[in-house]
Amino acid sequence: MIDIRNVTKIFKTKSADIQAVDDVSMNVSQGEIFGVIGYSGAGKSTLIRLFNGLEMPSSGDVVIGEDVISSMSKPALRKKRQKVSMIFQHFNLLWSRTVAENISFPLEIAGVPKKERQKKVKELVELVGLSGREDNYPSQLSGGQKQRVGIARALSNEPKVLLCDEATSALDPETTDEVLDLLVKIRDEMNLTIVLITHEMHVIRKICDRAAVMENGRVVETGPVLKLFQNPEHSVTKRFVKDDINDEETALSFDEVRELFPTSKILKFGFVGSQSKAPIVSQVVKKYDLDLNILSGNIKRTNNESYGHLFVAIDVDDGTLQRLKAELADHDVTVEVEDQ
Amino acid sequence: MNELINEFTTMFSFENVRWDAVWEATYETIYMTAIATAFTFIFGIVLGIILFLASKSEVKASKPIYGITAFLVNLFRAIPFIILIILLIPFTKVLMGTIMGPNGAIPALIIGSAPFYARLVEIGLKEIDKGVIEAAESMGADTWTIIWKVLLPESMPALISGITVTAIMLVGSTAIAGVIGAGGLGNLAYMVGFTRNQSDVTLVATIVILVIVFIIQIAGDFFSKTVDKR
Repeated sequence: MIDIRNVTKIFKTKSADIQAVDDVSMNVSQGEIFGVIGYSGAGKSTLIRLFNGLEMPSSGDVVIGEDVISSMSKPALRKKRQKVSMIFQHFNLLWSRTVAENISFPLEIAGVPKKERQKKVKELVELVGLSGREDNYPSQLSGGQKQRVGIARALSNEPKVLLCDEATSALDPETTDEVLDLLVKIRDEMNLTIVLITHEMHVIRKICDRAAVMENGRVVETGPVLKLFQNPEHSVTKRFVKDDINDEETALSFDEVRELFPTSKILKFGFVGSQSKAPIVSQVVKKYDLDLNILSGNIKRTNNESYGHLFVAIDVDDGTLQRLKAELADHDVTVEVEDQ
Repeated sequence: MNELINEFTTMFSFENVRWDAVWEATYETIYMTAIATAFTFIFGIVLGIILFLASKSEVKASKPIYGITAFLVNLFRAIPFIILIILLIPFTKVLMGTIMGPNGAIPALIIGSAPFYARLVEIGLKEIDKGVIEAAESMGADTWTIIWKVLLPESMPALISGITVTAIMLVGSTAIAGVIGAGGLGNLAYMVGFTRNQSDVTLVATIVILVIVFIIQIAGDFFSKTVDKR
């Protein structure tokens, strides 16, 4: 559906040329939710603006569906944008228009007759759960409601692709989850392809199928979300995963455990999917007659599978540890010994 | 001291005031202000939009367009109004067929105030959230749609408060124009109040002008507030 080929974007300024996007290639399939994560300044905002031609690449091609965005005429591009819509971090609603008028705006641009516009607006208001608020102005809405208007507005021309530019970054955690659920719902109902950029790893974890990690204009790692979380390769990915799991406090308590039980080893068990719900560790512990001290544990859900880990302190000799590892590996549970 | 008291007594006696003349002068002032404000509103918005679009556009031609427009705006804003009237006399004669009376003042009033208002329009447009313009672009809006459906409605409170300030300035300009024969309350205050030394007439002219200014201000504030849904 979306194919980005060796795209580079350079901003020329008086003092220096800034390379915002550096030789990026990626593809997104129909119906997929694809995330791009990076810290601010990584080039992700510029990247997403290349998708609908708000920025043009300095080199490389952006292909959406059948069309090469980077070489379309202006009128053709405007027409195309009706099918590649966008939602924004700060919603960007027109304050001078009511909710219904905001949602109707793209339809006016597309030249849809008034009767049809009203019908479509009514459907969309219901879809995003804003019934009864049609005649309110944006200033009368909460952040989450404003983003719902933004989403309804983006859907009004029945797009094929929805671009989300930090769409939840200005929202509180609870509202973020509501908006993310809404995105998944519309993806399923309208068979949309969604590309979202964010700096929040839990957004990626919660709804994305695949994701790319960006740093300094480059994509440093791409893969299925579960793989990124379980087995991050690049240091930036590792940092994002770590931030999401929030290990720092756990690391502190490890030191205390080591002081109290100098002979014990701290192990990290990693689980994926159904294993995270079965009592494997308990079975193994019984079998080897071990005492274990549970330090911390964690199960996180991605959009299709859960994964988790468990930190335990066990007093165990090296031979038993090897057998333990082998046994758990048979059950697809990974074991890592935490360094002293 | 006695002289001062005498002056005040004449001023508040209103014995020289011919009310029919006051009414006529008031009508002329309102007429000049209203027509000039209407045309200033249109020309100022057109110029302001040109300035705004040309300053942010990446098209090559936009730089000279911005340069020329900005130069003309600055030029006409810099000319003192009384000199502008005199300078424009030949132009006014051709355009209006007269250089006297309210109609003779209108071209100079518009040319004097439209550049001022254009700058206020430009400032108002610059205050529009860039994200909203970008959102309209992302929906496939062309420049005309953006002007009509985003730029004008989203800057309307600023456009209204700007035209309020400009209209009040225009009331002052009509009074200056009145001194050199344009009619209106300025003309009344000068020709009757000053040259015949009838200070009560000057006082009445002043009060009527103040009332006009207050009404414009109150109406402007009201409309600006009404359209502002932020």
